[in-house]
Amino acid sequence: MQLARVVGEVVATRKDANLMSIALLLIQPIDADGHNVGRPLVATDSRGAGRGEHVFFVRGKEASFPFNPGETPTDAAIIGIVDHWDTAQHHEG
Amino acid sequence: MLLARVVGTVVATQKHGTLESAKLLLVQPLGLDDAPRGATLLAIDSVGAGIGERVLVVVEGRAAGEALGRKVAPVDAAIVGIVDTVDLETAS
Repeated sequence: MQLARVVGEVVATRKDANLMSIALLLIQPIDADGHNVGRPLVATDSRGAGRGEHVFFVRGKEASFPFNPGETPTDAAIIGIVDHWDTAQHHEG
Repeated sequence: MLLARVVGTVVATQKHGTLESAKLLLVQPLGLDDAPRGATLLAIDSVGAGIGERVLVVVEGRAAGEALGRKVAPVDAAIVGIVDTVDLETAS
């Protein structure tokens, strides 16, 4: 899993039937210091996250598990909304 | 599996049901020289690791689910060991 910040929403009216009624959010992965790391990506949202929130997401086949296991064509899913995180140098949240 | 160092803790009240009571730790993957390598990951901890410890992290969904004790859990990384030592062949 990785930490990320929700930076936007994606609207797609025509999409795979197994993606119907699932929110698609644009997320920017971040590191433990809160800095952007890597490229933004689109993730299916299982938690009702909103723009600006810190979340964590899972990659790969397991991303479909919160929806219809094995049937939802997604490779990244938001599975938690972060209250806060702490490192030796950093506190956020 | 990866060698990594535990660098932080994460608290998330609103999370997927299969993750209830799971401990989430931020881990920084390490190179052979012990230097940080790549992006920080979030991993399930099944062995009781703490901040600063060097750990063994499995980065694969099925294995991470096993570590959590749930086969169909939306997880892709888990701490499965705390590293005592690593012996490296010295370059000659």
